[in-house]
This record gives sequence, structure tokens and C-alpha cells, in this order.
Amino acid sequence: MSVNFIALAYLVAAVFFILSLKGLSSPTAARRGNLLGMLGMGIAVSTTLTITGNWVLILSCIAVGAIIGSIVAQRIQMTAMPELIAFMHSLVGLAAVFIAIAAVNNPVSFGLPEILPAGNKLELFLGTFIGAMTWSGSVIAFLKLSGRMSGAPIIFSGQHMVNLLLAIVMISFGLWFFFSETTNWTAFSTMTAVAFLLGFLIIIPIGGADMPVVISMLNSYSGWAAAGIGFSLGNPMLIIAGSLVGSSGAILSYIMCKAMNRPFLSVILGGFGSDGGSQSTSDGAQKTYRSGSADDAAFLLGNSDSVIIIPGYGLAVARAQHAVKELALALHKKGINIRFAIHPVAGRMPGHMNVLLAEAEIPYEMVQEMEEINSDFPNTDVVLVLGANDVVNPAANVPGSPIYGMPILEAYKARTVMVVKRSMAAGYAGLDNDLFYMDKTMMVFGDAKKVVEDMVKAL
Amino acid sequence: MIGEIDPTIINLTVFVLAVFVGYHVVWNVTPALHTPLMSVTNAISSIILVGAMLAAGSAEADWGAWLGAAAVVLASINVFGGFLVTQRMLEMFKKKDKKGQA
Repeated sequence: MSVNFIALAYLVAAVFFILSLKGLSSPTAARRGNLLGMLGMGIAVSTTLTITGNWVLILSCIAVGAIIGSIVAQRIQMTAMPELIAFMHSLVGLAAVFIAIAAVNNPVSFGLPEILPAGNKLELFLGTFIGAMTWSGSVIAFLKLSGRMSGAPIIFSGQHMVNLLLAIVMISFGLWFFFSETTNWTAFSTMTAVAFLLGFLIIIPIGGADMPVVISMLNSYSGWAAAGIGFSLGNPMLIIAGSLVGSSGAILSYIMCKAMNRPFLSVILGGFGSDGGSQSTSDGAQKTYRSGSADDAAFLLGNSDSVIIIPGYGLAVARAQHAVKELALALHKKGINIRFAIHPVAGRMPGHMNVLLAEAEIPYEMVQEMEEINSDFPNTDVVLVLGANDVVNPAANVPGSPIYGMPILEAYKARTVMVVKRSMAAGYAGLDNDLFYMDKTMMVFGDAKKVVEDMVKAL
Repeated sequence: MIGEIDPTIINLTVFVLAVFVGYHVVWNVTPALHTPLMSVTNAISSIILVGAMLAAGSAEADWGAWLGAAAVVLASINVFGGFLVTQRMLEMFKKKDKKGQA
């Protein structure tokens, strides 16, 4: 097949990738978009097959990957989605490193000159170290998200100095590789090893609360790694696809940082979310709160005209999504205006809570984003907070508070607030929540699933 | 004149334009679909499968080709896993649409 025809086929694939992302602007268009993405991938792979040998090996490798990928996609729990995404980022990173090594080993098979020109060497260097850092960073993120490793940040003195030194070492070996006349394996492999190490070290100090940022950031890295490989191989389709993913991850990181009012740099430098749930009382005074039973809560809910439910990750931990759906439908049947308010960092990754509610078949139009619903709280009879804490903490409006400036769901403006919680323990930020001590607030202690089921029964 | 331009510069042109396209397209994604966005971008970044195939299909079947074959497996897991899990999530949003209309 002619080179030009292949380039055109790649262009078509790249356009399909853009359209697949564009489709995500609405749930209906999104399914078609996803199909276009698959089509683009199909075109890219089948076109590549025409210029490569060894079909048996390639097709059997694809078949193995297809089987593993399909099984994982079918079986994965929606609550485990962040781990899956982190796991998949790590695969992209590792594959990028493998490809770069293979390209350094045998440039001719990629259509590159026998002796790599300086430009290609630079690009391979970039692709390799971004890929290596994506892999090791994602492995740590995966371990932290799946609970196989503590979510607490790992901090040691001089950490930033060590990272900086390693970065300098990595770049120095990269430059050595770059300036060597022949293929300098010592420089290349040392550089790769240091990049792997750096990936680990960059993610370990980042705490559990910042995981939505980390996972978006690694999403971005995996895209840049693909773009880097695209540069090395001189393949515009890889560059386009990689840049789309890279900018998408960067935007999501930005949105997550903004939702937590945390500067991106301080997330990366780490150390946040270290509090093991200790109760820090700002004024030392013993504050009183009012608690009630699930029956009391159900009575209040049943006699209201409008209810907003604020779900947090605690809801997913308690596996209470289906019970909440029953509650929502029961209230809806009584003619009560019931809605869900989603904070951008309600789950463990961007949009996670929406997926969890969708899985429980909670109608789409009941679910609203923070900006849409915040102005409605003053006219709402009852707000039910389920497993959320920091995202409804009015301390965000108090200058000097650690979370000052963070956008919150203004639950405190509602006529009555009910909070379902296991205990009075603080949230991720380790802050006390004044919302719990307001006169109009009723605490309902217990496991979210049990409490919500009791409410449904009482209705 | 265009033939004299270093290919890297042309690649850089493509790169910068693609970043702009990505930026504008992604800001239009509804926040409710941010998780499917991540899983689909994951599948799209596995386009490096193309590079892995070139390595695996190399005429000299040395260790580099085996490394390429390993990369083909890794990238394919992502391609299939990514697109299928996205489809699965989007189906959930579909069910809701129907209920809402009924």
C-alpha cells in the first residue's frame, strides 16, 4: 500500500478520535462517539497491518490483550473504576517504554535511519522517560486506590531535593545518550531506570484526598507519552491522539484542583490528606449537636416539598447506591421534588459519583452539578448529606480556614439539614464541620446503607 | 520549500494544533461524563499499539521484536478494556434516559 494512502487512513482515524471525544458533550451522542473511537482504532490497526510482517505473532498478541481487556471491562465494579483507570495508565506507560527500547535497538523496523539522528534521539528520550514515569506513578496510584497500600502520604526529609537531583541525573544521562555518536545503551538504560524511580517518588507523597488530581495527571502523562512515541516514529496520528489525551488529562487535573481550591503545584509536592481522621477543634469548646433516628429523618423527609441529596464517597463505600435509589423513588412518588447535588470531587475520580448513581439507575435529570443547584438550597426544605463531609463544610467561607475558598455545596442554606454519618470523625481534610452543629441540623448515626433502608421502610 | 523543513518541525506543528483541538473539545464535555472521558482517552492513548505492531513485526525477529510483542499485548488490553468499559458506563446513562422519558 502506498505511503500516502496509509497517511490518509491515519488521518481518518485521528479525526474519528476527535469526534469520539466531541461526542461526550451529551450522554446520547457519547455512545456514538465511543463507536467512532473504536472505528478509528480499527482503521489504524488494520492499516498498520498492511505494512508490517509477522501477522501471526501480532494477531495472537492482540487476541490475548483483547481477551484480558474484555474480561476486565465486563467484571470491574463501578466503585473500582479509579483503580482500573490507574492500571490502564500504567499499561500505556510500560508499552511506550517497550516501544522506545525496541526503536533504539532496531530503528530500521520503524522506518527510521540505521544511525538515529539527533532529533529522533531527543524524541525517544522524551517518550521513554514520560512513559516510565507514567508506569511507576500509575502503579503507586493503583496500589493506593485499591487499598493495597496505605493512602497516607509517604514523606521523608529532603524529599524534594532527592527528586530534583534524580531529575537532573535523568536529564544528564538523556543528554549523554543524545550526544553519543552510536547507540549508547548505558546512558539510555540508566536514564530509563532513573525515570522509573522518579515516577514512584513523585506519587508516594501525595495523599488519598488528592487522588482525583493524581489520576487525572497520570491520564495526561499517558497521553504525552503516546505523543512522544508519535514524534519518535514521525507518526502524526499518534501525535494527535496523544495530544488529545494529554490535554484532556490536564484539563481534568485543573478542574479537580479548582474544586478543591488547591494549587496544582502543592498537590504535586504532596503531603496533603495525611490526617488520620483526628478531630481538630478550632476553639476547644465542646460543641453540641442534635441526633435523631432513621424514623425521625423519614418523617421529616416525607413531610417536605423539596429534598436535595448530597452523596459522597462514603455512600459508595457503604454500597448504599441502590438503597438511595429506592429512597429517591419513594419520595418522588409522594410528589416531593427530589434532586441529587454532585460536587466535582464527590468520588475518587472526576465524574465518579455520576457513574455510581447511573449504575443504580437513578434518573439522569435528578442529578445536578454544583453550579446548577447551589442557588436552590435556600428554597429547599431538607438536605440529606450521605457520606460527604468536606464538600459541605461552611468553613470554606471562613478566611484562614485550611479549606478557605474551596467551592462547596451550600447545604447550610437549606431549611433543615440531615447528615448520615458513622461517627463525628472529621473528613479527609481533618477539619471539624460546623454544619453538624447548626440548630437546624440533625445527625443520623449509622451505616449509610442501613440508615437509608430504614428510611425507605419508615416512608 | 516545504521539503526542506525538518520533519520534527512539521510534527511540532501537528502537535500544537492537536493540543488546541483537544483543549476546546474537552471543555465541552459534560462533567457527568468525566469518568467515561477518562476511560475513552485511555483507550485512545493506546494508539501506541501501532508502534508496538511495527516493533513486533520487525523483519529481524530479535529480542526487540519480542519486546514489541509484549507491548502489543499491553496496548491491546487497554484498547479493548478502555472502549468496552466506556461502552458499559454509557449504557448505564442510557437506561436513565429512557426512564426519564417514560
